[in-house]
Amino acid sequence: MSHIRTFSELEQEAIKIYNEIKDKDLKPKDRMAIPQMDMPSQDPIIRGKNQQEVALGYTKEQAMVEAARCLQCKSAPCINGCPVSINIPKFLEEAAKGEFQKSVDVIKESSLLPAICGRVCPQESQCMEECTVGKSLKDKMKSVAIGRVERFVADLERETSEVKTPEIKPSTGFKVAVVGSGPAGLTVAADLRKDGHEVEIFEAFHKPGGVMIYGIPEFRLPKAIVEKEIETLKSMGVKFHMNFLVGRTRTIEDLMEKDGFNAVFIGSGAGLPKFMNIPGENLVGVFSANEYLTRSNLMKAYDKERVDTPIYHSKKVAVLGGGNVAMDAARMALRLGAEEVNVIYRRTKNEMPARAEEIEHAEEEGIKFHFLSNPVQILGDETGRVKAIECLKYELGEPDASGRRSPIAIKGSEFVMEMDTIIPALGNASNPLIKQTTEDLITNKWGNITVDENKRTSIKGVYAGGDIVLGAATVILAMGEGRIAAKTISEDLLNNKL
Amino acid sequence: MNRIIAKEQLSADVYKMEIEAPYIAESRKAGQFIILQIDNDFGERIPLTIADASLERKTITIIFQAVGKTTIHLSKLNVGDKITNLLGPLGTPTKISNVGTVVCVGGGIGVAPMHPIAQAYKAAGNRVISIIGARNKDLLIMEKEIKKCSDEVIICTDDGSYGRKDLVTAPLKELCEQGIPSEVVAIGPPIMMKFVSETTRPFNVHTMVSLNTIMVDGTGMCGGCRVTVGNETKFVCVDGPEFDGHKVDFDNMMLRQKSYKNQEDHATHKCRIGLNEGEK
Ligand SMILES: Cc1cc2nc3c(=O)[nH]c(=O)nc-3n(C[C@H](O)[C@H](O)[C@H](O)COP(=O)(O)OP(=O)(O)OC[C@H]3O[C@@H](n4cnc5c(N)ncnc54)[C@H](O)[C@@H]3O)c2cc1C
Ligand code: FES
Repeated sequence: MSHIRTFSELEQEAIKIYNEIKDKDLKPKDRMAIPQMDMPSQDPIIRGKNQQEVALGYTKEQAMVEAARCLQCKSAPCINGCPVSINIPKFLEEAAKGEFQKSVDVIKESSLLPAICGRVCPQESQCMEECTVGKSLKDKMKSVAIGRVERFVADLERETSEVKTPEIKPSTGFKVAVVGSGPAGLTVAADLRKDGHEVEIFEAFHKPGGVMIYGIPEFRLPKAIVEKEIETLKSMGVKFHMNFLVGRTRTIEDLMEKDGFNAVFIGSGAGLPKFMNIPGENLVGVFSANEYLTRSNLMKAYDKERVDTPIYHSKKVAVLGGGNVAMDAARMALRLGAEEVNVIYRRTKNEMPARAEEIEHAEEEGIKFHFLSNPVQILGDETGRVKAIECLKYELGEPDASGRRSPIAIKGSEFVMEMDTIIPALGNASNPLIKQTTEDLITNKWGNITVDENKRTSIKGVYAGGDIVLGAATVILAMGEGRIAAKTISEDLLNNKL
Repeated sequence: MNRIIAKEQLSADVYKMEIEAPYIAESRKAGQFIILQIDNDFGERIPLTIADASLERKTITIIFQAVGKTTIHLSKLNVGDKITNLLGPLGTPTKISNVGTVVCVGGGIGVAPMHPIAQAYKAAGNRVISIIGARNKDLLIMEKEIKKCSDEVIICTDDGSYGRKDLVTAPLKELCEQGIPSEVVAIGPPIMMKFVSETTRPFNVHTMVSLNTIMVDGTGMCGGCRVTVGNETKFVCVDGPEFDGHKVDFDNMMLRQKSYKNQEDHATHKCRIGLNEGEK
């Protein structure tokens, strides 16, 4: 583990570089020579005991210096890497000049939620993967830290200026129902409302925000940021119906036939936890990551003094999986007081789907990783509680047709680790409720709703997007799908196609 | 919405509340439940069966025993108060058909969720025999309502203070021996449902039980409510709450319900019984 530099060390470094470059006409060579600005973060020992955000955000100088690393390539390969095609060189150019409002305005042409995406996007497999700086340095992690600058300009706007309520076109008289209030639903609602339609969101939980509220922890995405986005939607006149499970409280047909909605958008997310189907999975002390994280985030079980929702008191925890969900569950368990947190993953660190930054943070916090291992059974004691996990060792086989080396079990390599808590974090499949309660809604064999390229489902007037279409994906993709769906819905409504 | 419009105390710690909930009243069917939460930030979410509903008044009725922190808090709310969050109707409705004679077994507070099911079986043309039990006479609830929708009612108390001094399984066994039940439905404490299922198993009488496990979301998202049914994992909140009693692993379910037991004893200082909400 390398030395983690303090906030003031990082601040001083940035000021020094900024003073050196500020009046210069930078050549690409000069830009390439600027070191990447590290993200200031809470000390690992301290943050392992609190829920506050780990990454503290760039200072003004850091943001300007980092933005100045952009070579302003004509071809802008980074834009192709961005699922919503943000004009990245342009926003970085403005940021480098200290024109932060202009910078965030550029982002907002394409993205509704920059403060959120700056924090949770897997940049290293999107924009940063394509960045010329990273390619020249032969390390995509050394690309321009696009997300960190994005986060800085979005935070600055939120914290300092009044966020403007977007302009709303005159009423069209059309009414649209949005099912689910995750990033897909919120985006659809915002865009449709701007076009002058009435928009009502129906959400099963008691708080809006989807996974951004119930799944992704406070230490990675402060809830206040999501809440602010929701306040903006409310100020635009979007109505929220909480505790409303579409399919049970009312069906999609009810909404259209009885309640007069002209169109319905389904953004109900993935939301069906996968288990491994190994012996012992229903023992006391085995929790899906969804349950563990919902108890601790949405239900705030970490606030043990004030909150009624209990959370399991764990000492030795094993989290199964290698994605963001696994990292969140592991780091949450640590913060809730576990003495030892282990992550068991079938492949190696290189194949982990989690964001690189989260893996690094988890390592800094002392989470133990067991790669090339896979559970075969969970062992219980006489009271039905978890006491250990048995795993098998794997090795990477020959590359297959796609060039990926799949893990192969090593016979006789079983080993047992004592644990009291097991958290399968294997991702989510599609929640079947809406499919089951909506006649004629076509889904694929995994239960994802089938849509055309404009997000129309098999039912006229019903659209879908986000995880319920893509399978468990990302915030930015959900938002991107929402954008496309909103455009289609608006066009279909205004062209009297419904 | 969610306003309490009537409240009645049925026994020492059992309460009945009628709550304004127009959508739920319209959509709900026998066997379904709601999840409620009293404090938006700090409250826990607990499942309660819908005991009745009125389309005219746009209300649902819940019956609960004040045993855990949330139900005790709920019991202190009064007519006119609002329940902050109320989600429903949840779960798969009971599949009701005309099978002949249905024996409905309700134990303790379980008589409340039994009621709409017995009503529905009756309405579908079945002969309904209800067996209702409680520890003693004072704890027996809804006798009148059950009588209204049953052809015959057998009452059991543990101490013999009312009806037969027997467990509900005794008259059930007698009925099975005479070959009377076409189907059995049992709702009550897990241990009762387990023994009802054991009673009917040798007679091969299909037995449906309604499970009340720990829940968080109630929509199939967390898996906290999962149970083992015939070697498969099922989610009570969406696949249930009703399952084939002959296939449910009750022992595992009872252990899972006690997941937080020691922790909660500590948290709810005044909780006399020390059960958490899932354990009713
Ligand atoms: C723990 C965790 C960590 C993650 N980390 C990242 C990350 O770092 N970066 C990233 O990009 N992505 C991450 N993801 C994935 C990302 O959160 C999702 O891809 C994204 O939220 C999907 O958005 P959505 O709008 O489609 O659905 P969701 O965010 O899932 O929202 C769906 C909403 O619909 C509601 N709903 C469901 N069914 C109904 C119904 N029948 N009626 C009414 N409401 C309903 C749900 O309660 C929920 O609020 C993570 C996911 C998890 C679980
Ligand atoms: S309560 Fe969460 S899945 Fe059933």
